[in-house]
Amino acid sequence: MQPYLSEQFANPSGAHRFARRARAAIDDARDRVAAILGVRGGEIVFTGGGTEGDNAAVLGAVRRHRGVAVCPATEHHAVLHCVEHAHTLFGGRVVGVDSTGVVDLDDLAATLRDVAAAGEKVSVVSTMAVNNEVGSITPLRKVARVVHDEAPGALLHTDAVQAACWLDLRDVAVAVDVLTMSAHKFGGPKGVGIMMVRDGVSLEPLLMGGGQERERRSGTHNVAGIVAAAVALEVTVAHRESEAVRLGELARRLVDLIRREIPDVHETVAAAARVPGIVHLCFADVENEALLFLLDEAGVCASAASACASGAMEPSHVLAAMGVDVRLAKGALRLSLGHTTTTDDIDRAAAAITAAVARLRAPRKVVAGR
Amino acid sequence: MKILVAMSGGVDSSVAAAELLRAGHDVVGVTMRLWGGESDTGCCSVSDVDDARRVAQQLGVDHLVFNFADEFNDRVVTPYVEAHAAGVTPNPCIECNRHLKFDRLLQRAEVLGFDAVATGHHARIDVDANGVRRVRRGVDAAKDQSYVVHMLDAHALRMITFPVGSMTKADVRERARDLGLRTADKPDSQDVCFITHSGGREAFLGDRIPLRRATVVDESGDALGEIDAVELVTIGQRRGLSLPGGAPKQYVVDVDVEARVVTVAPPHRLFDESFSVADMSWSDAPPTGLVAVQSSAHGRTSLARVEPQGDGSVCVRWETPQRRIAPGQSVVFYDVGDEFVLGGGVAVVTRRRRGMTA
Repeated sequence: MQPYLSEQFANPSGAHRFARRARAAIDDARDRVAAILGVRGGEIVFTGGGTEGDNAAVLGAVRRHRGVAVCPATEHHAVLHCVEHAHTLFGGRVVGVDSTGVVDLDDLAATLRDVAAAGEKVSVVSTMAVNNEVGSITPLRKVARVVHDEAPGALLHTDAVQAACWLDLRDVAVAVDVLTMSAHKFGGPKGVGIMMVRDGVSLEPLLMGGGQERERRSGTHNVAGIVAAAVALEVTVAHRESEAVRLGELARRLVDLIRREIPDVHETVAAAARVPGIVHLCFADVENEALLFLLDEAGVCASAASACASGAMEPSHVLAAMGVDVRLAKGALRLSLGHTTTTDDIDRAAAAITAAVARLRAPRKVVAGR
Repeated sequence: MKILVAMSGGVDSSVAAAELLRAGHDVVGVTMRLWGGESDTGCCSVSDVDDARRVAQQLGVDHLVFNFADEFNDRVVTPYVEAHAAGVTPNPCIECNRHLKFDRLLQRAEVLGFDAVATGHHARIDVDANGVRRVRRGVDAAKDQSYVVHMLDAHALRMITFPVGSMTKADVRERARDLGLRTADKPDSQDVCFITHSGGREAFLGDRIPLRRATVVDESGDALGEIDAVELVTIGQRRGLSLPGGAPKQYVVDVDVEARVVTVAPPHRLFDESFSVADMSWSDAPPTGLVAVQSSAHGRTSLARVEPQGDGSVCVRWETPQRRIAPGQSVVFYDVGDEFVLGGGVAVVTRRRRGMTA
């Protein structure tokens, strides 16, 4: 991306030679991304990130097609809050999930029938490809079948922000009408997003202005970011299968090491139902705020759930929707594995986690006068 | 020492962190996220958290946020609402200190391996010849906060430090200015953090409990007027009672929320010879001689003797009659020299009609 931050600085929408070079870089990036998703270049829209893509998809569909938006309760807030907002427009419905956090297909079907029975139409159904907290994988083809059967006019969107490292993106893209990704989740820069908008699908743009991206996303192109995103995606996809195997083994090692040392560890979603690189554990009788502090001190960077504007950890809406017991949910820990993760890292992390959990579970000193 | 500094985003805790750092301690700042709703500094008090974080960054110390919103709601907000519903005048800042800052945070700090917890309170901790630890008034009498930290027990006092308690407020601000801290000229917080300036107490309570009209009567029971919300009335109140102007001054001497009757009387009827305090804690054996009694955050003290009752409460006998203390208010006992906290508790209802405690 370096040249596009210095000598190739031009705005690709310009009419001069430098602009044409920048334009060529974007066109090239678009085709490379399209090839990976198995779609046409014209179906790729570059955005400012995953949240923008999710908003553009859900709200864009709601506003253009004037119908109810539907999503499961475990969606990322970038989708969930749009659906909740849609409730104030043409209606928004949140449907239940199974114990792995994946949309309950029966509940989805019932909800779609419900909307139809009320004489309303569904504008969009949004189901994430991979859950960002617990890693569970949604069977998008099955979702597509339900949507096709029960709400034939509705668009199907997927937030595939977590998918690029783990799933075949062609399989994901082929099942849906609109797809959202974010470059920083596959090694690209922050602030760049990729959308796939199927030919013939019409969305009301979020941003109006110069009409870039075929009127679908106005705003001067982030040339360097877009080029970098395309390269990062290519590299990620090239190593995807071997990395998935390697990290799957490391994830199993991590869980086994922890379980061998400490009791009462709940693996939120079993390996078979999730992507290899997201391990989600709940430690009974542990407060994850305290756990994260001790892990950070030990050099292990992990997360628990999302944080609010103040930086405070919020209780997870995903675990709540899945019906995870509050006692367990308070001790939730999400561990992410990626291309830099080594066996040594896993062993160190397991040691730090077992030590921290043991310390937090140690009986409190009894102090007179308390 | 490894010290966790509770940083509210105000100047006192900013300087507390700076002073501990200067003394060579290993300092980590933490802001407790307590109230998740609307506040005067934005939802979750985001701008205060920003100030705390920026000060920590400037000092070069780590800054954490602990989410204690559930406990705050259970231990502070809900009791606050329930107290008003029962016609009692609560002191939420003291309950927050008791349950959040000096219990929840202290426990968390111990578990995480901190040797001490510091806050920006203007109070000192003193150890006497017998090894008894007591809260002592801060150096700056006008800013002294020993009243709101009076409940600290021996264990807590071993773990806590108040770095600015030995400084005047002017010194604190000067120190903050010298360090170029963004909080140097930030005004002191005055009000209950979960009540917005625009909505006030009435809007906050009105969203949570029904506010009911009440009749204002004199001591012979004759109706003098009506008020909108009996839940907002406090013993000793004079204004906002919708009494006709020009009449002699009348004060609230009794609030009966169930009957929805507020009794007013001339000022001399507001004075008591004695009153009761429950939920007592003592830093040592209960005092036998005269004590100085304080019943509001910046109120003056008056002399009294305490008589322990069988049920753990005490009867406080004033040397000279004093204005009635609203039930629910914290009452703190200092030594007769008015310097050291000996103990404290909560004033209880002395009306005969019902036995509501705070």
